[in-house]
Amino acid sequence: MNKRRVVVTGLGATTPLGGDVTSTWAALIAGKSGVRTLAGEWVSSIPVSIGAPIAVEPIEVMDRVETRRLDRSEQFALIASREAWQDAGKPEINKERLGVVIASGIGGVITLLDAFDVLKTKGARLISPHTVPMLMPNGPAANVGLELGAKAGVHTPVSACASGAEAIGYALEMIRNNRADVVLAGGVEAAIHALPMAGFASMKALSTRNDEPEKASRPYDINRDGFVLGEGGGVLVLEEYEHAIARGAKIYAEIAGQGLTSDGYHIAAPDPEGSGVKRAIEIALADAGLTTKDIVHLNAHATSTPAGDVAEASALVGAFGDEISHVTVSATKSMTGHLLGGAGAIEAIFVVLALHHRLAPPTINVDELDPAVKLDVVMNVARPLPAGPIAALNDSFGFGGHNVVLAVKSYEGK
Amino acid sequence: MSLSPDAVLAGLKEIVEEVAGIPAASIELGKNFTDDLDVDSLSMVEVVVAAEERFGVKIPDDKVTELATVGDAVNFIVNAAK
Repeated sequence: MNKRRVVVTGLGATTPLGGDVTSTWAALIAGKSGVRTLAGEWVSSIPVSIGAPIAVEPIEVMDRVETRRLDRSEQFALIASREAWQDAGKPEINKERLGVVIASGIGGVITLLDAFDVLKTKGARLISPHTVPMLMPNGPAANVGLELGAKAGVHTPVSACASGAEAIGYALEMIRNNRADVVLAGGVEAAIHALPMAGFASMKALSTRNDEPEKASRPYDINRDGFVLGEGGGVLVLEEYEHAIARGAKIYAEIAGQGLTSDGYHIAAPDPEGSGVKRAIEIALADAGLTTKDIVHLNAHATSTPAGDVAEASALVGAFGDEISHVTVSATKSMTGHLLGGAGAIEAIFVVLALHHRLAPPTINVDELDPAVKLDVVMNVARPLPAGPIAALNDSFGFGGHNVVLAVKSYEGK
Repeated sequence: MSLSPDAVLAGLKEIVEEVAGIPAASIELGKNFTDDLDVDSLSMVEVVVAAEERFGVKIPDDKVTELATVGDAVNFIVNAAK
């Protein structure tokens, strides 16, 4: 049976680099860092004082009343979805064929923690009736589904830092399985708050390069010391190919396949053998009808942790063998920080745009490449990608041992 | 402590504007919270809690459903404060 093909017809994002896709991509290609010293009294209470907050606050682009009944993560989802839907040309479609899959790693954690402060200091009577709809992890997807009247299904995969990529994979299957013709898919996260940061810091997962924020996120550099927490998110409009052609939609690229595996190894540490990652790549390639020869670019998960970056790099070499030599690898978290549940979504957007514009984003702050990383890293300056039909992969992994690899093909107008 | 209906109306206008984004000038005694002002059930809870805080009265849950219009709420609060 021929699979229904799935293409990307709209993009939206709000990130530490920009309030939309265009400004984010421009900053990314220019190699700018979105990491800065965090403001707020609580910052002094934790060992890490840097992060990557979004560039444009929601209140600048949303109605004030709307913001007060939405968690920050829900605000990000609506902002990115509105841009993506506009970019797709706001197609008039049967709402029973429209779906939404938007992930979050943690959900409305800022709402939850702020509400608990209110409970302790002022009592239950002053807990907002919006508290539960704001803190539920499916809130971002639900609010987008509500705004668009989507009736094919609204879903929220949760797999920590792989969540955003898993959402895109879920949407891919929704369209392939004929449950929907159009699905808004992506991921968001809003967790820059003392408690999640203290938790990550306690795991020794965060960079403590507090005095050099823009240098702190440095995947593959020998002196990396952990990730930088970012916030924001991205949404892609995925559409069945014939449906997109029939309405004359602009097509960016094709989501051609996905590979999902789990490590079965440790709750947080990567499997040093990387077999789960290797299998995910093999499955994604097979699903997409591609081989390692076809892949010219890869957006790595590479968060800038000492163990994770090397484990992934080794797994890539294991999966590709000699073919790894023609894969240009970008670690864009060097600029955006780590958006947790939003990471896989914005990085999928970066892969789509890399194929569309034929340009691999840089990996900044690689002053000295870790010799254990035997990859062709796009260091510090963006690099052109070849003309003609090309393909790329997006790696996303999450605490819990979740591995998601998405395979994306360039769109050649046929 | 007694409250004047005008003072309660002025306070409610501010609360509804804050919670629901309705311009204070369009909030009148005869306006229905749901049908005219688009205050949904969750936002109504916010309005009630804010009004209790502001006017120092208690509005029991079983009375909230009886407060259909802004005028109903003003009357209830004025009487409750007597």
